[in-house]
Amino acid sequence: MSRTAKILATLFVGLVVTAALFPSLLAPGDPLAVKPSEAFQAPSLQYPFGTDESGRNVYTRVVHGTADSLTIGLAATALGMGIAILLGVITAFGPRWIDSVILRLLEVLYAIPALLMALLIIAFTGPGTTPAIIAVGLSTAPGYSRLIRTHLRTLVNSEMFDAATVLGHSRWHKVRNHLIPNTLSTLLALITLGIGQAVIWASALSFLGLGTPPPAPEWGAMLANGRTYLHFAWWLTVFPGAAIVTIAAGATLLGRTATRSRT
Amino acid sequence: MRVVSWLARRVGAAAILLWIVATVIFIAIRMIPGDPAEAIMGGPGSQASAEALEAAREQYHLNEPLLVQYALYLGQLITGDLGTSYAQQRPVAQIMAEMLPATLQLTLISLVIAWLIAFLMAAVAARSNRIGQAMGTVIEVVAAAVPHFWLGAMLIIIFSTWLGWLPSVDTGTVQGIILPALTLAIPLSGFLAQLMRDSLVTAMSSPFALAARARGASEGQVFFRHGFRHAALPALNLTGWAVATSISGAVVVEEVFARPGLGRSLLGAVLSRDMPMVTGIALFSALIYMVVMLIVEAIEAIINPAAARGDDA
Amino acid sequence: MNTPAVEIENLSVTFPGPNKTRIEAVKNVSLTLTPGKALGIVGESGSGKSVTARSLLGLTSGNVTADTLNILGTDATRLTEKQWREIRGNKVAMILQDALNSLDPLRPIHREIADALPGSRKQRKQAAVEALYSVEMPEPALRAEQRSPQLSGGMRQRALIAQAMIGSPSVVVADEATTALDTRLTRMVLDQLAQLKDQGIALAMISHDLAQIAQVADDIIVMRHGEIVESGPTEQLLSNPQHDYTKQLLAAIPSGVARFAPLSQVATTEAGTFENFRHPADMRKLTDTLAIAVHGLSKTFGDHAAVSDVSFSVPQGSTLGLVGESGSGKTTTARMILGLERPDTGSVSIFGQHFAPAKESDRRDLRDQLGAIYQDPLASFDPRYTTSQILINALSGGTTSRSRHYHKRALELLDLVELDSSLLSRSPRELSGGQRQRLAIARALAPKPDILVLDEPVSALDVSVQATVLDLLDRLQLETGTSYLFITHDLAVVEHMSDQIAVMTHGNLVETGTAQQIIHEPSHPYTQQLIAAAPDWGPRSRR
Repeated sequence: MSRTAKILATLFVGLVVTAALFPSLLAPGDPLAVKPSEAFQAPSLQYPFGTDESGRNVYTRVVHGTADSLTIGLAATALGMGIAILLGVITAFGPRWIDSVILRLLEVLYAIPALLMALLIIAFTGPGTTPAIIAVGLSTAPGYSRLIRTHLRTLVNSEMFDAATVLGHSRWHKVRNHLIPNTLSTLLALITLGIGQAVIWASALSFLGLGTPPPAPEWGAMLANGRTYLHFAWWLTVFPGAAIVTIAAGATLLGRTATRSRT
Repeated sequence: MRVVSWLARRVGAAAILLWIVATVIFIAIRMIPGDPAEAIMGGPGSQASAEALEAAREQYHLNEPLLVQYALYLGQLITGDLGTSYAQQRPVAQIMAEMLPATLQLTLISLVIAWLIAFLMAAVAARSNRIGQAMGTVIEVVAAAVPHFWLGAMLIIIFSTWLGWLPSVDTGTVQGIILPALTLAIPLSGFLAQLMRDSLVTAMSSPFALAARARGASEGQVFFRHGFRHAALPALNLTGWAVATSISGAVVVEEVFARPGLGRSLLGAVLSRDMPMVTGIALFSALIYMVVMLIVEAIEAIINPAAARGDDA
Repeated sequence: MNTPAVEIENLSVTFPGPNKTRIEAVKNVSLTLTPGKALGIVGESGSGKSVTARSLLGLTSGNVTADTLNILGTDATRLTEKQWREIRGNKVAMILQDALNSLDPLRPIHREIADALPGSRKQRKQAAVEALYSVEMPEPALRAEQRSPQLSGGMRQRALIAQAMIGSPSVVVADEATTALDTRLTRMVLDQLAQLKDQGIALAMISHDLAQIAQVADDIIVMRHGEIVESGPTEQLLSNPQHDYTKQLLAAIPSGVARFAPLSQVATTEAGTFENFRHPADMRKLTDTLAIAVHGLSKTFGDHAAVSDVSFSVPQGSTLGLVGESGSGKTTTARMILGLERPDTGSVSIFGQHFAPAKESDRRDLRDQLGAIYQDPLASFDPRYTTSQILINALSGGTTSRSRHYHKRALELLDLVELDSSLLSRSPRELSGGQRQRLAIARALAPKPDILVLDEPVSALDVSVQATVLDLLDRLQLETGTSYLFITHDLAVVEHMSDQIAVMTHGNLVETGTAQQIIHEPSHPYTQQLIAAAPDWGPRSRR
């Protein structure tokens, strides 16, 4: 990673973490406070991102929404990754027949587009924040499983592992010395990439009215709300969406840089 | 002979895949707590009438033993009978047939646009200097990270509200499809461009590109004779995935631009928990994925016959 | 016919380096190419030989300056890209090394050969088939339709020569055209290059291998660090080298050098002169004990028999050279001996104790007696480890103890392989190729094994570095009595390093004997072919 990239990455992570943990530092005020007299104010110094139909401060809502959107993204990624690691480990180390059965199954899941699968799951569970997390988590798991399986397989078949075998190192030593440390960094990069994607998918569900319901300042829900007033209050749509793009693109760049700088 | 056996194997695999998808859905409906008939009719919240529930039981043979139900369900699917939509009270297959052309048109047009944009981006980025490459990366990543619903809204604000050039809802005209198609195409092109650029850069600096230059080829010739094919290959490989993503995206895009189509029908079906409709569309998109994969494999076999036959030296 | 085809005076090529510096890849190089003659340019990695070769076609990305750069009567110092394109292929052609990717795997061979020709598609294809015919490609019409992955290595190399020749060039540049090829294939390419000379073409042959260059070249240029250190007619340069570096390169060639005679030279500190590296005397007393005994090993992958019924043994303290071309099954054999691949049939025992096939936990105690070294040591190191971590990990049997004892042992190991202790904190990626291979040897020696299995341990190294590593292995064997199984495709290396040689082809062991027997009186037809194809290396006897 170059110096500039490091500074930018640190700034980005710092900003996101602050917004998620201490939103009041960046935007004092109540994201739910209603002030009908100030409805539909265009962006100004007082309201940098304008106000919505109830006179709520959009800037405050976007900042305070970070926690919600990020939590959903994190939880969904944790679920997806958890399943993926389990399946990845089973397929990479288990007996061959389990590997081929699970691979076939993953292929089936691959045939169903992720959002479609999420919709299917919600069709069974009904809408809400938790269903959205489960839906996004489950629908992203197949892709990660394959990546993790490939990664583990490559490591186990590597000359590095062979060299340790020839030196007489036990299975456990090989796993502890080489497999786990060399997998952690890859996982971290994958998780970073995954959070970006999960934030997009989760907000898409909210946007479709299947995720977090209003008036919570969740970005997808804010967008769905802003859509009604798209033609005269553009700021209701632009800023929450920009927040999603920033998180998703930032996470992707971070994950990619981390992956590439190791190779 | 080879082609026939290849096709037979592929179709067989696709059939098995569809069967598994159908089975998973069958099991899932039975796993929902409570009365499966109620689940089919939209869950406890739908307050379906006793007659409707009885009709559902009749249609899905819920009074029969589970294995018989399963056999009958599969039998119906094989004959193309996807059941009747609860919400619309019409055969699911009929509704899907009506909605399909609009969605197909949208996805195909945006696939073509995505390929064009991706290829241009990759070609420009691959030939520029380091700063250009870095900027290319950022543009690609941002394009790939833009959610459809927001991009659609942005395009509406710019081209419809401010400039007034294009309609914001479906009008059935050519102008009406430009914004939805772009909305679907841009994120996809970001993904494809990343892939294409990687293989383009590799191809253009490979020994065969050097050999081509050494026998007098210009940069343009090297690009079109060698770089282009190598860039297209991995992107082509992802076409199945791209189509699947486009169908996902169509759900959102059709909603944003108020276009009728399969995606919007699915969203409606999910919101009203119209299980026959959901099942039908899920099976159908799995079928599309597999048909596309089949076509892609055939095209790959034409571009790269050696790899398709599994030969190596 | 004696007007020079190419005349170069004071050619320099620079590339932009970090922090606005310029890297001088080629400095003041002058050379002449004459029709019907071959000029060999020899040098190790980083010598600037490839950059020099490519500037004959205007294909370097660097900044090229020269007092004279005359190509077939054209002043090439100020050619536009378009003018260069008219020279490339038609006047000056290049034969590339057969990396799999030298022919586009997605295009049929005939298009890769003839796409630069004028004329209709049909005419060009016809021309390609004829060109393939003239380089003795079997079934040229069929091969023209195929793509490179469908061809064998030999066919690809023929296609690359046809590709260079189709524009009837007057100058041909062969850039490492024989590198990484098997012995018989190398012979084929060398013969083809010699034929080009007979056709009146001015040939420039670039290689790191002096022995191969000497087979074809009339004159030789020796390059190092971008400069010419010595040049002259082949005979003279080989029999009476002037520059120390040339002497070093010549001495490093292992063909015909007696067992345990050193190949590398070390500088004596005060005078700055070189003298031969000295080994302890060969005091080995070979016994009847067998370090490795292999009985009837077979391994099949799918329907491909990689190894079939291979038996041999390595007496304690000696070296068995296992030689074979790519695909002969020698690496699979090594992997079965190391217990990394389970044999379908057959067994391996080590000092009389059964080793393979066995459960890993049952044979772990025996593993201390066995070490392994691979062609690419970097791939066998954990990328996160430093030199010291690699050694301590090996010494402590996989624990990550920080005990002083292991640190001390690590230093001893470095000393044993002649590496500086300052490298302890470095990552293997920062080491040179030779240093990495020494580190790999040090690691393999950590459990004090009695046997080393070496799979192509010097194939990726420059000749002079190869010499130092081979000398190190010799010294270790003399000092510690370690037994070696030395696997390689390189006849010269195996001849120098082995007490006994086993020859493998297509998964079968065709012949085993003393090094003397195999090299001078081969009995199996395959071995005879192999020996006949190896470079005929005369100068050693003249020296």
